[in-house]
Amino acid sequence: MTTGSVPAPRLTPRWFATAALLCCAALAAGEAGAQLQAAGSRPGVLATLWKWTPLVLFGPPREFGGFALNIAVSFLAMAIGTLAGLVLGLGLVSTLAPVRRLSWLVTQFFRNSPWLVLLFFVMLLTPFQLRIAGVAIPLPGWLKATVGLSLPIMANVAEIVRGAVNSIPTGQWESAESLAFSRLQTLWRIILPQCVKRMIPPWMNWYAILTMATPLISIVGVNDAMTLTQDALAAEQRSELLIPMYTLLLFFFFVYCYPIARWTIQLERRYAVRN
Amino acid sequence: MRSGTEGQAVSGSPTWTPDQPIVALHDIHKSFGAVEVLKGVSLDVAKGEVVCIIGPSGSGKSTLLRCVNALVPINRGSIKVEGQEVHDPALDKLALRRKVGMVFQQYNLFPHKTAIDNVMMAPLLVLKRPRAEVEAQARRLMSKVRLEGKEDAYPGELSGGQQQRVAIARSLAMNPDVMLFDEVTAALDPETVKEVLVTIRELAEEGMTCMIVTHEMGFAREIGDHIYFTDGGVIVEHGPPDAFFTQASDPRTRAFLSQIL
Repeated sequence: MTTGSVPAPRLTPRWFATAALLCCAALAAGEAGAQLQAAGSRPGVLATLWKWTPLVLFGPPREFGGFALNIAVSFLAMAIGTLAGLVLGLGLVSTLAPVRRLSWLVTQFFRNSPWLVLLFFVMLLTPFQLRIAGVAIPLPGWLKATVGLSLPIMANVAEIVRGAVNSIPTGQWESAESLAFSRLQTLWRIILPQCVKRMIPPWMNWYAILTMATPLISIVGVNDAMTLTQDALAAEQRSELLIPMYTLLLFFFFVYCYPIARWTIQLERRYAVRN
Repeated sequence: MRSGTEGQAVSGSPTWTPDQPIVALHDIHKSFGAVEVLKGVSLDVAKGEVVCIIGPSGSGKSTLLRCVNALVPINRGSIKVEGQEVHDPALDKLALRRKVGMVFQQYNLFPHKTAIDNVMMAPLLVLKRPRAEVEAQARRLMSKVRLEGKEDAYPGELSGGQQQRVAIARSLAMNPDVMLFDEVTAALDPETVKEVLVTIRELAEEGMTCMIVTHEMGFAREIGDHIYFTDGGVIVEHGPPDAFFTQASDPRTRAFLSQIL
């Protein structure tokens, strides 16, 4: 988790300040707890945190898990949600009223559902494995959970697409029409390319929100950073470690998500000036 | 006159010959909600003719033009372009629009494409013509509208007059038979109006059929073969420019001309 891994955004003093503050909070809380316990025989809080850090970041040895799994799930859910959201968003601006209405219903349903409840829904509604032409394809929990997280992303990306398409002046449609472009060509070649810039900042914003929601997948019993933090606490059986361990977990998410938020603001500013 | 078979609409009516009107409007009516903006307009445009439509704002001039290339559907009446009925649910709009070019008041260039890409897009993607040929034609058109050297500029880097001339080149790249100009100088600075008008005049002199909605009376008089004055959704008066501008008889026409001239 070095700062160099996210090159694009400028890491501001505020980022360092907040990161440092979180570190200090973890240490202070840990040290205070340790002094209360006054158990000199046990390793210090810092040493204990350090011991568990590889597990929380990367999962158990020879297994994929931990914070890296959270990031992988966020990538996959974002990819699925973005593709499905593009299709759904185009449905929202369709000229066919039934398509438009159905897309609207789907969008509103998934935009206004609690993510945790959606996750339970997907877990309970989908089978353990798919049987296609006699071949059983297992559907592991992490995959179901990823699909569950991609549903609200799909709905929100659809709204971003709809908003961006509607923000393009009608003159663009008229001139494309008068040049005999078909509706599909107009969307694909003229309208959507102009939408990309407007869509990227809100899309990145949703990515950050999604990443922060990934600990929800711990309910399906995968080794994500949240589950492993709880495992580590269970193994240590030391109540003074509770706050430092969760602070460490918050710290990982902060270090990853805050630069994305800064970058989003920068892009918003840049595109606002040019358009 | 009437092409009997519906199925031939795609390739245009085979019965049309150049001695017939290239655009024929007959008693067209158009309402937006409860407001009737066109109340029975009829006019014919011969091939190679330059028709100027003038009149106060809100008199339905722009709507009239938009009806010709089916951007706006009409409620009643008949519009024929090269003998092909436009007011027909089975109309192949895309085929019609290949024959009719249109230039707008706000230019409406595609801002994410360079000037020459704006010109090349439709021939490449709609007509699917070979790239080398399209590019050669686009370069010719860019120099025709006096924009050599601006091929790779984005619309945002061009002045209003330059953008409007790119828009004209973009329409011409489709090799249309009729050009529609919808108040193309209304959004321009006075000093750039002229460069656009010069371009249109050259087109007219080459024999392009033009329907021009304009507020530039001097230009209309100089370039037009026929002037139509519309007010309140009808054609109040029309005639050849010299007669129209000197002998207009209807009080509405005279009131309009006295305000503008």
